[in-house]
Amino acid sequence: MTEAEIRQVVLTTLQAIAPEVEESELRPDRPLRQQVDLDSMDWLTFLVRLHQKLRVEIPEADYARLVTLNDVVGYLAVRAAQN
Amino acid sequence: MIEFKLPSLGADMDEGVLLEWKIKPGDPVKKGQVVAVVDTSKAAVDVESWQEGSVAELLVAPGERIPVGTVLATFLQPGESPGAARPVPAVAEAPKPAAPPSMAGVPAAAAAARRMASPAARKHALEQGIDIDAIIGTGPHGTVTLQDVELAAKAKSVAKPADKSAEMRKAIAAAMARSKREIPHYYVAETIPMAAALAWLAQENAQRPMTERLLPAVLLLKAVAVGLQRYPELNGFFRDGAFQPAEKVHLGVAISLRQGGLIAPALLDAGGKPLTRLMQELMDLVQRCRAGSLRSSEMSEPTITVTNLGDQGTEQVFGVIYPPQVALVGFGRITERPWAENGGLKVIPAVTASLSADHRVSDGHRGALFLVELRDLLQCPEELSR
Repeated sequence: MTEAEIRQVVLTTLQAIAPEVEESELRPDRPLRQQVDLDSMDWLTFLVRLHQKLRVEIPEADYARLVTLNDVVGYLAVRAAQN
Repeated sequence: MIEFKLPSLGADMDEGVLLEWKIKPGDPVKKGQVVAVVDTSKAAVDVESWQEGSVAELLVAPGERIPVGTVLATFLQPGESPGAARPVPAVAEAPKPAAPPSMAGVPAAAAAARRMASPAARKHALEQGIDIDAIIGTGPHGTVTLQDVELAAKAKSVAKPADKSAEMRKAIAAAMARSKREIPHYYVAETIPMAAALAWLAQENAQRPMTERLLPAVLLLKAVAVGLQRYPELNGFFRDGAFQPAEKVHLGVAISLRQGGLIAPALLDAGGKPLTRLMQELMDLVQRCRAGSLRSSEMSEPTITVTNLGDQGTEQVFGVIYPPQVALVGFGRITERPWAENGGLKVIPAVTASLSADHRVSDGHRGALFLVELRDLLQCPEELSR
């Protein structure tokens, strides 16, 4: 899976939880949860769905590294390549 | 003969619109079975039956606005024959605004039969969430036409999202104004160290598959439910001038909706469930709440509400009690704070818990003791996991 494809999966997953999100209005280098109103339950649901779609394990200890959209896509790309 | 009435769906929901029957005359009905879907100002609610029997008659047609307490249907008790005397339907006594003409009183038998309808009409009805069996057709042989569906859709005011949001705001306003008018609130707060709880959660989650990880919120909820067992005066309802303690703790969980507004449906018997199960039920409740699909028991039974601002919120929250409940517990964001202990200073994660409670039922002294109990419970997270 290419990074662009992973980005698309991340955005689709995000929009399923927060339908109001427009890709064009999202700054990929800014903290995601400050731009999109995601509470801790939404965030967990988001990560669990990414885990299920991409078959990537995300240890809880790594959550802190997933701040921006770019962080999430980059992290998943590395983890997917390790599979 | 059993009269099946529309149950109370919470203080701010005193009426609804029947969207759909899930049963028809002759069907057996079990306890807990979803028998109808009713739209309220906040969500479409799956109404469950709390009695067993078989359906004798459906007294209300889809599209009708119905106040809480209206007899919706009659059931025959097990062993009862259909010839038994029919009670006068209470719906006739309730003030009933006229239903839109196209949706008006369809006899149950006719509703049960499949209507003739054009494919376009059927598709449009499905898209609009309208029961095609409830529309009176104007086409040849009573066939439902696309135009009939369009008229019914126009009449169905409950489907418009803009109205929905305004309706929800009105419902919240009514319940909260009543709360502030009638309930003499008092408030107490306590800062609770969370180092032990978070360390336990991190260790626990490291061993769990992603789909079974626990959030701090679920530990907080469990602690509230367990703590309340020794403070019955905070768990129950104030009705008709008197307090009625509740037997179990059904925690109303305040869930904010993306389009604005909030709902606080219940995690039933939260004190009696292990954390893993409580977490699954919480996730399920949040998802169904946001999808607008809740059960009547979840709407009518919360005995106390918990509002948890989570990790994007502020440090403190002081809530407004949801009548007829008598208390609300609030949790702010878990943050690192300076902490003085044994003459030394350190930095620890902590959360501020608050209690808003009804002074007609309890006093600040007991309320404060409850928060201290909550603090102590959260220092032994492994004991809460069971």
